[in-house]
Amino acid sequence: MKILVPVKRVIDYNVKPRVKADGTGVDLANVKMSMNPFDEIAVEEAIRLKEKGAATEIVAVSIGPAKAQETLRTALAMGADRAILVETDEEVEPLAVAKILKAIADEEQPGLVILGKQSISDDSNQTGQMLAALMGRPQGTFANTVEVDGDSVVVKREVDGGLQTVKLALPAIITTDLRLNEPRYASLPNIMKAKQKPLSVKTPGDYGVDIAPRLKTLKVAEPPVRQAGEKVADVAALVEKVKALGLA
Amino acid sequence: MKTLVLVEHDNTKLNDATLPVVTAASKLGEVHLLVAGHNCGSVAEAAAKIAGVAKVHVADDPAYAHGLAENVAPLAAGLMADHDAFLAPATTSGKNIAPRVAAHLDVMQVSEILSVEGPKTFTRPIYAGNAIATVESTDAKLVITVRGTAFEKAASEGGSAAIEAVSGPGDAGISSFVGAEIAKSERPELTSAKVIVSGGRALKDAETFEAVITPLADKLGAAIGASRAAVDAGYVPNDYQVGQTGKIVAPEVYFAIGISGAIQHLAGMKDSKVIIAINKDEDAPIFQVADIGLVADLFTAVPELTAAL
Ligand SMILES: Cc1cc2nc3c(=O)[nH]c(=O)nc-3n(C[C@H](O)[C@H](O)[C@H](O)COP(=O)(O)OP(=O)(O)OC[C@H]3O[C@@H](n4cnc5c(N)ncnc54)[C@H](O)[C@@H]3O)c2cc1C
Ligand SMILES: Nc1ncnc2c1ncn2[C@@H]1O[C@H](COP(=O)(O)O)[C@@H](O)[C@H]1O
Repeated sequence: MKILVPVKRVIDYNVKPRVKADGTGVDLANVKMSMNPFDEIAVEEAIRLKEKGAATEIVAVSIGPAKAQETLRTALAMGADRAILVETDEEVEPLAVAKILKAIADEEQPGLVILGKQSISDDSNQTGQMLAALMGRPQGTFANTVEVDGDSVVVKREVDGGLQTVKLALPAIITTDLRLNEPRYASLPNIMKAKQKPLSVKTPGDYGVDIAPRLKTLKVAEPPVRQAGEKVADVAALVEKVKALGLA
Repeated sequence: MKTLVLVEHDNTKLNDATLPVVTAASKLGEVHLLVAGHNCGSVAEAAAKIAGVAKVHVADDPAYAHGLAENVAPLAAGLMADHDAFLAPATTSGKNIAPRVAAHLDVMQVSEILSVEGPKTFTRPIYAGNAIATVESTDAKLVITVRGTAFEKAASEGGSAAIEAVSGPGDAGISSFVGAEIAKSERPELTSAKVIVSGGRALKDAETFEAVITPLADKLGAAIGASRAAVDAGYVPNDYQVGQTGKIVAPEVYFAIGISGAIQHLAGMKDSKVIIAINKDEDAPIFQVADIGLVADLFTAVPELTAAL
């Protein structure tokens, strides 16, 4: 079984994003970029399935600028076997990403596609579900545990209130939640080896997908800033404040 | 314009998460609701009583009993032939189903809206709420998820909508429900609680978390929340996580205890009315957003506070 893992290049989660002064977006110039953290979890899960013998090949895919090659090399260094970059300098929305991934899935015929549940940049939380709909296949979103069992996969999902377990017929789409696993770091020898692994470069046009945006961004603004309040000296003073709020 | 709101429920009770979505939908046009479930008549009746609702569509079928997206999305997409906008709460269930509906309709979903600015224009948070985007949809139909804390709840009484049975394709035959581990608690629900007491990594382990945080929450009749670090370390279940990738809360009062205030955590609670932080590090970022801060060791301060209330 082949596993397809879409990975997105995003602002590093440790960086505090700044809105551009002209209100057109978030300033990404000279900002540290990394693989979307949920996608690292996706790559890790694919590798573990391969190590367990449930998968034979892992193909990482990224849709983005030439620099997204770095993100793909990270996936290869972690343990993916080959990579596809669908290169474009345009912002590609989840629906168009899902359409490109659908076209790639048609070619590659993966048993599983494992995505992150959400990109920490656009916070959309859509692509996996959209891909599943376009492929007409089941989805195990917000996965906490994944077990391949013959021609199906059992996914324990993190839902409001606790956990839900579903059984999905393969091929299936999975999106990762934080507790699925702890991604490994790529070792130096593996980073070197990753440079030799195959990486093919395509364009959205190669897949016949129109990436024109459906949502027009009219403005991007700073959220209202919260002012720091006061520090109280001791617990007694805190008790007074809490009582003044009518809490006790 | 006619809107279709996905009702969140467990086949017996309507979940309050639906109510702010009704408010958002009413800003767009006539509000219709969709109750997809099994033996869910009581939910449909409760839904019909929500103020401002014109019609309730009920699809009662075993295929919809567990809200499986593979089955519910085609049903909703079919009903969209007669509606202009589909809205769902930005809960795990809404987030699971709505994008699938959007893909069936070939439209881009507008995720987790904060406000309705015009018939096709909305604001939504991006980058963990560090930026607010105003976006306009160019699609013929709208698919939207709604952040519950950003809209008033519609009144759950006062309406008398017509209830109409509908049916969809039923079981897609590609997924099935195996089981659920849903914790039943007497505590208020995190996303609707007036007071929340949250604990972080500093709470050491599950026993310590319970011993320190629970008595304070009990005294205050509060819900309990946590940082990702506390959840990852197994102090509390995963659905206690407040933040960018967990639950978004906006209570009257939020206690952050032994939580540093990473941007991912702030994203989930910075709209709380009053934030109270207890942390032993006076430079912890949480103090930059706290209305009331106490620099202290939580292991002495919290029991003292609890005892004094
Ligand atoms: C993709 C991604 C998504 C994420 N999503 C979320 C999310 O949704 N929600 C979330 O919370 N986090 C999220 N995080 C994690 C986030 O970046 C932080 O790691 C996390 O919030 C830290 O938790 P914490 O504040 O409990 O722990 P720490 O940052 O370790 O802080 C512990 C604090 O406790 C204080 N302390 C220690 N001992 C005591 C004591 N005895 N008395 C008083 N104070 C004490 C310390 O001074 C410190 O400030 C996410 C991260 C990533 C990468
Ligand atoms: N441009 C992209 N390239 C590769 N994968 C992507 C891209 N955009 C989204 N994804 C995948 O879809 C997931 C969810 O993203 P989103 O729907 O944008 O929140 C991400 O975690 C990735 O796995």
